[in-house]
Formats: sequence, structure tokens, C-alpha cells
Amino acid sequence: MRPLKTLQKLYDEESQVVITEKGSPPRALFYGENFLLEDLPVGTRVIFPRPPLAGVPNVKAAIRWAINHPEGMEPLHALLRPGMKLTCVIDDISVPLPPMATPDVRQSILEVVLELCADSGVDDVHLIIANALHRRMTEGEMRRMVGQKIHDAFYPDRYYNHDAEDPDGIVELERTPCGSHVVAVNRRVAESDLIVYVNVNFVPMNGGHKSMGTGVANYASLRAHHNPKTIRESKSYMEPGHSELYRRNERIGRAIDKHLKVFHIETSLNNRMFGPGVDFLHKKEEDYTEGDRLKFQAMRYALSKLPRAAARTVLNSIPAPYDVTGVFAGATEPTHAKTLEKSWQQYVVPVQGQSDIVIFPIPFISPYSVNSILNPLLVQVMGLGYFFNLNRGVPLVKKGGVIILTHPAFDEFDPVQHPSYIEFFNRVLPETRDAVQIEQKYEREFAENPSYVHLYRKGNAYHGVHPLYMWYWGENGRQHAGKVIVAGGENNHVPALLGWDRTDTLTEAIEEARGFMGRSASISLLRIAPTVMVDVK
Amino acid sequence: MPAKAAFYDVDGTLIKTNVVHVYAYYAMNRGSLLGIAGRTLATAASVPLFAAMDALDRKTFNEFFYRYYAGLSEDRLISVAEDMFEDVLKPAIYEQTRDLIDQARRVGCRIVLVTGALDFSMRPLARYLGADDMIANKMQFVGGKATGKVIPPIIEGANKANAIRSYCVREGLALDQCHGYSDSASDYAMLSVVGRPTAVNPDMRLRSIARAYNWPILDLK
Repeated sequence: MRPLKTLQKLYDEESQVVITEKGSPPRALFYGENFLLEDLPVGTRVIFPRPPLAGVPNVKAAIRWAINHPEGMEPLHALLRPGMKLTCVIDDISVPLPPMATPDVRQSILEVVLELCADSGVDDVHLIIANALHRRMTEGEMRRMVGQKIHDAFYPDRYYNHDAEDPDGIVELERTPCGSHVVAVNRRVAESDLIVYVNVNFVPMNGGHKSMGTGVANYASLRAHHNPKTIRESKSYMEPGHSELYRRNERIGRAIDKHLKVFHIETSLNNRMFGPGVDFLHKKEEDYTEGDRLKFQAMRYALSKLPRAAARTVLNSIPAPYDVTGVFAGATEPTHAKTLEKSWQQYVVPVQGQSDIVIFPIPFISPYSVNSILNPLLVQVMGLGYFFNLNRGVPLVKKGGVIILTHPAFDEFDPVQHPSYIEFFNRVLPETRDAVQIEQKYEREFAENPSYVHLYRKGNAYHGVHPLYMWYWGENGRQHAGKVIVAGGENNHVPALLGWDRTDTLTEAIEEARGFMGRSASISLLRIAPTVMVDVK
Repeated sequence: MPAKAAFYDVDGTLIKTNVVHVYAYYAMNRGSLLGIAGRTLATAASVPLFAAMDALDRKTFNEFFYRYYAGLSEDRLISVAEDMFEDVLKPAIYEQTRDLIDQARRVGCRIVLVTGALDFSMRPLARYLGADDMIANKMQFVGGKATGKVIPPIIEGANKANAIRSYCVREGLALDQCHGYSDSASDYAMLSVVGRPTAVNPDMRLRSIARAYNWPILDLK
């Protein structure tokens, strides 16, 4: 008889992986602003997210404990001096997804930190959103993130978005002699006596040296790692040990740590992405009750009857009731090591071997389309950038295999948030899909376009260079996969421009993939969302 | 990288006034009480006509409108231009105009104002904004007095595009790398001729054109 410990281990590892049998239920798959309900071929391996970990019972108590028992630094209260200049740098709206139910964990952290600052005579405090080249958050989004009280006390003079293009607002900390590598950060941050970084670790890629190295940097600094070469050398964005992207951020981060005193407060979340009413989406379809099936069908019907923009608004308005599973504080590296451990504990599902064909359901949201449209480039980045990289160094799909994405791949862009994406998609992609060629020929032009810079600085637009970064982000998936098929693509030209095939249905996509890989090709479905990462053995 | 320029329409794009405001200032600073009253009343009475003509055709409007300058002395027009800039144009500059121009300058664009207004009235503004050049209408003067006629070609509509093209050829600039900014569909030709057009504070027609052609849309107001 197996000892209890072994059985427990077996249960933990295997229960998230289900092999489709003859009587298996159809799978509920994200398909943009709606869902597909699809029967999968017998033998298909379905990888489900782990159930949400239990949250800490008292978030503020956990924050206080963490800042009083930090890793590799003195407690926060011991670092505070009356009259000092302190800046809290805060992760932006790109994490978590969807935005979490209020109070946001960033608000909880700030309430504790700001109270401590006030008690210690630290009055010169600024709150800066680490949006890097992301869009500026709107006032409403900023208020929601930190709560009314903090917003009223700090906005707009002492609570604002980082501006990577402010010629007077950036300070260079280091520069290689040839000038090809620059470490530059926000001036207020550089001139602060102490920086408190307020992090939300949604996926393992977040946090650590990336927080400061990316969040408050400028284009010149980001070029060192946001490029096709670095991406190609990264086996997974989610595993620092296999990520050239992380290594380069680490070099920049260490340079920052040499010049500035940064106290990191990192938080890990569980994957309770769906609240009451839609919480059945956490379950395996095998575990659906009659009520769950009814709710799912009703939701699907309602979403299908709504115009897409209305469906998007409805879905975006449902906050995620994430729980905080851990709070860690202190110096960059030891703090992040603890966060990563907790993050993997939530997300990683061990699986045996790669698959010839992998299905990624694409939802309505991405880090770059909160309250906006998941345009074709973002569909690409979700499939070939993020989901392809949700592993610990070995992709779920075999080299040369087929990736199937379920999404309508509509030709819709948000001119407010993504103006430069429109030009990139319509002007650059018809000419070339080669990331290196795109970088050499177009990156500077898009990055420096005065209109895009203006829209980034004064509007709510992503930086002009951002669509190129999105294209680089998918480079690993593009180089690895033999074919990409978008199942349910509603037009021909979007998949064609992206270099993909399209089919009307998932069944047809699987047939085409089998035609490419052979009739005995193995198939896996990464049943996202909530978030799940694979550890391929 | 080839040399490039950023071409800016002025009225409604960088500042919230138009040629009528400028002329109204001259009318109200005529020198004598009678002159002021006469020109101001005539201008005020003609506003509905101006609006109708502008809506119909910018070229006709300009030709018609500049007749109102007939008889004004060149010296006075130039000297009043400085005051007019301080009193009328400077307060009307959009808050974000400077940032937009500075950004273009930082990336190596030559700054060129392209306006249907008269050159003497725009010179102080061009100097204030740090423009490298200006393409503007030129009033004909005879014996030091304005004739009310503009030296052709009148800078408007398609002629703005021609002027920009000629300017690029003359200065050795790559037209396809140049930026163009305007608020009005009447500048469609100017925006089409450059490689990087942008609609700024666009009217309804231009907004719809910009949406159709995927041009960026800025709001400087």
C-alpha cells in the first residue's frame, strides 16, 4: 500500500491533468468576448489551473509583518528619517487581470506605508505609477487602485504616472562607453532618499529587478532587453533561470540597486479570477453542477446577443476577487525569491512530456488592453508571447508543433490606447514579419514619432514603440511553432497578416493540425483562464 | 537618417484663433476713432458671410477676406503684429502646443509653420515657437499700402501641399519622412502629401478621414 504522503503527491500532481475519454464533457473555452463549448478528441490532455490557494487571513497584518521582518534589509521603520524624500513606485493597471476587487492590495500596502511615513515625520512623499511605456492610467483608474482617501490626498501633484519621455524627468544612472546600454530612471525616483516599490506579482515574470528596471525607465534603457535577440535567447519569460530577459533586467536592476535604496514590497495572489456568479469557470467541466451548466449557457447566450463592445464592457466590469497569498519585503533578490516560490506554488502544474498540438483559449483581456480592445497584435502576444511562455523552460508544444488559438481575430483597434498599433499592423506587417528586420527598419521611427510620443505623454496611449515590443514578445512562439491556427477567426486578412492559418471551428483546426503533424499527434489544451503554468518533465 | 520636417497648420491646430481674429485686432487698432468704428462694424457685420464662405471654400474665403486689409500701411501692419501677438495669439496658444513642437525638434525635425494667414502677422508666433521656417500668404503692397490682394499662389488647400512638396525638394528633405499636422479637412491635401499625417483637434470631416486612413488624432485643447 502506498504511504499517504505519496498518494497526496500523486493527487497534487495529477488532479489538474485530465485525459479526455469518450464520455468526457465538452470544454468551456474562452473565445474573445464569448466562449466556445467544444468536444475534444479522445486522448486530448486537458491541463487545468490549480484551485486557488488560501489567502492570508489578515492582509494588513501580513504587510506589517513583512515590512518589519524584511529580507536582506532593515525594517522599513528603521529606514525612515524625518524630512527625507520618499517615493512609492506602484505597479500599473496591467496587473492583475482582470483588475482585482477593491480594496486593491496596492491600496492596503500604501495605507500601511503612508501611515508609517506620517508617524516618522516623512512628509515629502510621492506616489508614481510604474507604467514604463504603457499607457497612462486615467484618474478614475488611479482612484480605484489606491482608494479615495489616498487619491484625494496625493492626486495630481504627488500621485501621477511615470513619464518616460519627459526630457527633464529622466536621469541616467549609468551608460556603457559606446552608449548602447543605458540605465535611466525617473528623476523623482533617482533623487529620493528611499524608494518603496509596491508590487503585485500576477505571474512570475513580474517583480524582482523588472520592477524598477522596467517600470520607471525610458525607451533608451528598455532597448537593452526589449529586443528580438533577447527574446530569442529566453526559453521562458516566467522562469528567471531560463530567461535572458530576466538576466538583462537583473543587470539593470543591480545597477539601480547600486545607486538607489529600494525597499521592495511584493505580494503574491492566488488565481481566484472569477467571483460569485461565474466562479464555476474555476471548475473542471466534469465537476459542473446542473446550475453551473445553466449559468454557463445563459452567459454564453447573453454574450452572443450583445454587441461585442457591450460584451467587452460587461466582462471588464467584473472584478476578480483575488486573495493575497503572501507578502514579502526587503532587498530585491531575496524578496523576489520568496515571491516566486509562492507564485509557482499557485500556478505550476507538472505534466509529462510535450505535445504535438497545443490549444490556447484566448480571453477578452490582456495586460495591455484593460478597458480596451484585444486587437490582433494583442491576440498574437497572448498566444505566442504569454501563453506559449507559461512554462518553466520547456514549452508545452514540441518544436515545429502546432499552436491553436481560439479567438475571432477581429480587425478592431482602439485609437485612443493603441494608435501606433494601427499603423504597425497595416503598414509594417504587410511588408515583413521578421522581428529583426522590423527592429532595424522601423523601431526608431515608431519610438520617435512626435504624434505617438505626444499621445503617450498627454493622452492614454501606449508608446509608439509598444506594438513592436508586442511583436518581439511573440518571437519565441513564432520561432518555435511549425504552424499557428486561429480557430473561429472571423476574417481571412488578420490571420494572413499575422502569418497564421484560420478555420471556422476548433474541430477543423484540430483536423488541419493533425494533417500537419500526423494522425497520431498528441494534443494538449491549456484550460486558461485562470492562470496556469506547466512544468514539462 | 534622411532630413525631415514637421509641417504645422496654425489656426485651430496650434492656436485657437483664426485669420478673422487677427484682422479684427487690426480693425480695432486702426489709429483713429472713425477708422476703428468703421472697420470693426464692417468686420462684425461680415462675420456670417465669412462663416458661410469658409464653409463653402477656403480659397474663396481667403481671397475675399484679405480685401479687408486694403489701404492699411505696411509699417503699421508690421508694428501692430507684435502687439497683436502678445494680446491675441500668445494667449490663444494651446497648452500642449509647445510639447508637440519640442518633441518633433528633439527627433531632428525642422519646424515649419504652414498657414493661410499673412506672413507679417505670424512672424512673432513663429519666432516664439522656435519655428525654423514659415510658409504663409504674402500681402501685396503698393507704395507702402496693402492692396488687399495676396501674392499668388494663395496658401490654402492643395496649394499647401504644393508648397510643402516644393519646400522639401528645395531643402533636400524626405517628404515621406515628414510629419504634417492640421485641424481641418480643408488641409486634406497637405496631410496626404507627407508621410506621417496627424489630425489635431480635428473637425468632423477630418476626424472621419483620419479614422478611415488610420492617422493619429491628437487633442491639444
